[in-house]
Amino acid sequence: MSIASTSAIPAQGRNDKPDYSSDQQVRWCPGCGDYSILKQVESVLAQHGRPKEEIVFISGIGCSSRFPYYLDTYGMHSIHGRAPAIASGMRSVQPNLSVWMITGDGDSLSIGGNHLIHLLRRNVDLNVLLFNNEIYGLTKGQYSPTSPEGAISKSTPMGSTDHPFNPLALCLGADATFIARGMDRDPKHLREMLQRTDAHRGTSMLEIYQNCNVFNDGAFETFTEKATKAAHTIFVEHDKPLLFANGTKGIKLDGMTPGIVDLASGEASMDDLWIHDERDSFKASILVRLFDDPREKDALPRPFGVFYVNDRHTHETKMNAQVALAKQKKGNGDLDALLRGENVWTIG
Amino acid sequence: MDTIPTPRPKTVEAREKVVILFAGDSGDGIQLTGSQFTESNALFGNDVSTFPNYPAEIRAPQGTLAGVSGYQLHFGSVDVFTPGDVCDVLVVMNSAALKANLAKLKHGGTIIANSDGFDTKNLRLAGYPDEENPLTDGSLDNYVLHSVDVTKLTRNALEGTTLGMKEKDRSKNMFVLGFINWMYSRSLDRTKKFIEEKFGKKPELLDANLKVLQAGYNYGDTSETFTTRYEVKPAPMPKGNYRNITGNQGIAIGLIAAAQKAGLELFYGSYPITPASDILHELSRNKHFGVKTFQAEDEIAAICSAIGASYGGALGVTASSGPGIALKGEALGLAFMLELPLVVVNVQRGGPSTGLPTKTEQADLWQAVHGRNGEAPIPVIAASSPTDCFEMVYEAVKLAVEHMTPVILLSDGYIANGAEPWRFPEAKDLRPITPPFAKPRMSDEESVTSSEVEKEPFLPYARDENGVRPWAIPGMKGLQHRIGGIEKEDKTGNISYDPQNHELMVKLRAEKVQRIADTYRPIRLDSGPKNGELLIVGWGSTYGAIRTAALELQKEGHSVAHVHLRHMFPFNKGLRGMLKRYEKVLVPEMNSGQLRQLMRAEYLVDAQGLNKVQGMPFTSEEIRVAALNLLRS
Repeated sequence: MSIASTSAIPAQGRNDKPDYSSDQQVRWCPGCGDYSILKQVESVLAQHGRPKEEIVFISGIGCSSRFPYYLDTYGMHSIHGRAPAIASGMRSVQPNLSVWMITGDGDSLSIGGNHLIHLLRRNVDLNVLLFNNEIYGLTKGQYSPTSPEGAISKSTPMGSTDHPFNPLALCLGADATFIARGMDRDPKHLREMLQRTDAHRGTSMLEIYQNCNVFNDGAFETFTEKATKAAHTIFVEHDKPLLFANGTKGIKLDGMTPGIVDLASGEASMDDLWIHDERDSFKASILVRLFDDPREKDALPRPFGVFYVNDRHTHETKMNAQVALAKQKKGNGDLDALLRGENVWTIG
Repeated sequence: MDTIPTPRPKTVEAREKVVILFAGDSGDGIQLTGSQFTESNALFGNDVSTFPNYPAEIRAPQGTLAGVSGYQLHFGSVDVFTPGDVCDVLVVMNSAALKANLAKLKHGGTIIANSDGFDTKNLRLAGYPDEENPLTDGSLDNYVLHSVDVTKLTRNALEGTTLGMKEKDRSKNMFVLGFINWMYSRSLDRTKKFIEEKFGKKPELLDANLKVLQAGYNYGDTSETFTTRYEVKPAPMPKGNYRNITGNQGIAIGLIAAAQKAGLELFYGSYPITPASDILHELSRNKHFGVKTFQAEDEIAAICSAIGASYGGALGVTASSGPGIALKGEALGLAFMLELPLVVVNVQRGGPSTGLPTKTEQADLWQAVHGRNGEAPIPVIAASSPTDCFEMVYEAVKLAVEHMTPVILLSDGYIANGAEPWRFPEAKDLRPITPPFAKPRMSDEESVTSSEVEKEPFLPYARDENGVRPWAIPGMKGLQHRIGGIEKEDKTGNISYDPQNHELMVKLRAEKVQRIADTYRPIRLDSGPKNGELLIVGWGSTYGAIRTAALELQKEGHSVAHVHLRHMFPFNKGLRGMLKRYEKVLVPEMNSGQLRQLMRAEYLVDAQGLNKVQGMPFTSEEIRVAALNLLRS
């Protein structure tokens, strides 16, 4: 499948909404999955129609982090791993803008791992797009914290000895209030995920499987290619049963253990299937664990969609509420009273 | 006839100035005792200078030398610039406190010792040989020794209350405070008010503390041992309204004041670290000024959140100490590259690495001036006293906002915790701070009606006559732009790898920072002749010690002048000429010669160093002697 085929899908409402592209030439490698993501983000921005000046993109370092330069919004391309902290400060003083954070698996799961988990526990209102390509692209091909064990890369010629992160399990562990997964090669679904991401108040974590065709081509092909996609992916939707393989198979929960059941053979019926509930944190913690290596026999399918949503208060609402409460209790700060302090003496 | 035995009348002697050192276990409430007595003296009108000195451990092993906490106070009816070189009075709660501090007491000085802290166990913990007790063996014959069983007298005062023995003993410091107030003829009114506020919600403790405080005071009156009280008259200070202030308070208040005057929201991102944390505490108590405090997950997030806030149109501030500043280095480079306002305060402590967390040092000057990758000159300024912390943080904000640059302010543990009287300003008299905001435009849809200028693309890195770029804040119409740490094209801010452009940008950024020196007030001597034999050049918290030494040397007839630098980078332009007007230059620093090296590099001047790296401030005598030696050489 080529990138060209994704561009055939028209951006909805594109013609009658402002153009969100900047005047800068996009400089990702030809065929990079980032193009598709950029296109869908622009499409979602246009659909929402929010004025350009009310949108801010903040990124770290890495291929994905060049993203802000390509949009005619406000943007900051910052330093490696620190976008969550920068975005948190920004959001603290700007409660009404639409703030997006662009990051990659190296940027936010390795060098910026600490900031990411604290961002999630605080629940700062941001849309986080984590481009996961399981490789360091901009430094030319070292293994990343999401590369599978045994991954051959420039820095692991004999295979990686490190166990990889399960990004969404990590995020759920940090009490994220919104976690979802999409992929560059399914633009329609990706757009839907971006809309959900944008709509959630709090830190929305959208992991996007993104193909690095130069250094890690085909890392997700089992999930993205027509021949294998149906058997290895499951698109979860709220209140709907977990069905895959074109409706012939489903996931059943046996106690806490998920297993594949065959609907075609009559082994199980629709009533036996796990019904997805986005609000159920316990089930979400099982869902994020559907993380089998697709090459293994009897591997569970990899889920895509919105895994979990929770409406916990955001960091900045509490912060602003405290400021308001302090003003209500003590009155607006009087600078002269502050300078004076409590114990004054006068020399006349 | 009066049936109560009348105490022997006490004589009252006047003193010009007094240095008193309170010392005890770090759990003895020494810091509270010291700061309360300071406050009483300051309110009475004395000039004061203090030096709290405590171990890094919260509760180091009781009774040991490692656990000794001290609070030195210098108060006088004359100008006081330092906490004092030697002490007149040493108040010790146990034998370790005596052992650790006896060397600081002048010959013939007064020791007030809690005799209960000199039992066999305490003596052994302090490392005295068995069977030796300094209170009884005559070894303190050169001093005036008063041995008082503070523990017993405190317990007696609380007889009949329901408090447990441990709780009773916790009020020991109040006995000392009451007694010292008696000794220096101070009223207890202010201290009582403080206790009432502190323990208002716990009537039993309130009652106990007041009782013990009074008991200490009465002990002075009734005890036969103490025949003399002292009086230190108010100091002749300039007219005005005064309060007491520590350096860290000065920074917190100065930040709020500057943000208000600039019309900016104050955002403070910080990670707890000694000795800077009090700034965070003070700011988080002042949310009614719209202050937002953010206790970040680490030092890096602290500075990055502040950068994010500045990008969002607020005044972003972070503070730390050396190890934390090291972690902030990369983000400082980003702030420099973005050209956003940012204030970074370094309350220096002993280094390197974890070093001496609760001790003072000036060894982060090079870190501040040079500590970044690439060509990243950042203005560095330094505060010289607790009250100067207010002035200099205000200056830091003004420079950062008006010149769109990060600014580093150096303070240190000595002035951060030390207190002095402050003739505080009125809000209306503070200098204005004017942010260089960009002018919002019409949006695309409305642009048909807008002027030609507005149709030109917005240039986020176009510069004014001072080399300063406009501050366009997300949300402002028509000014969308991208900024980043990657090299940018002149004016547009777009990514550029062009070699000529890079060199141009390096120059433009450096020139902008150099031009800041044009805004400084002319350099002024602190004291001494305009030309002569010796110029002492100081910076930071050595101010009081150098000033005291310089004034003494001048009184003795020596040709010595003192200048104290506030702008460490770029230097004040007048310094070059000033250095030429003296035969010799002495640079005292609490490091191995960092300012001296910077001056030598900049001015080719043969400056000599006086360097002390002991975690302790200079005494004025050390500086006087070094100056004399240099004059004679």
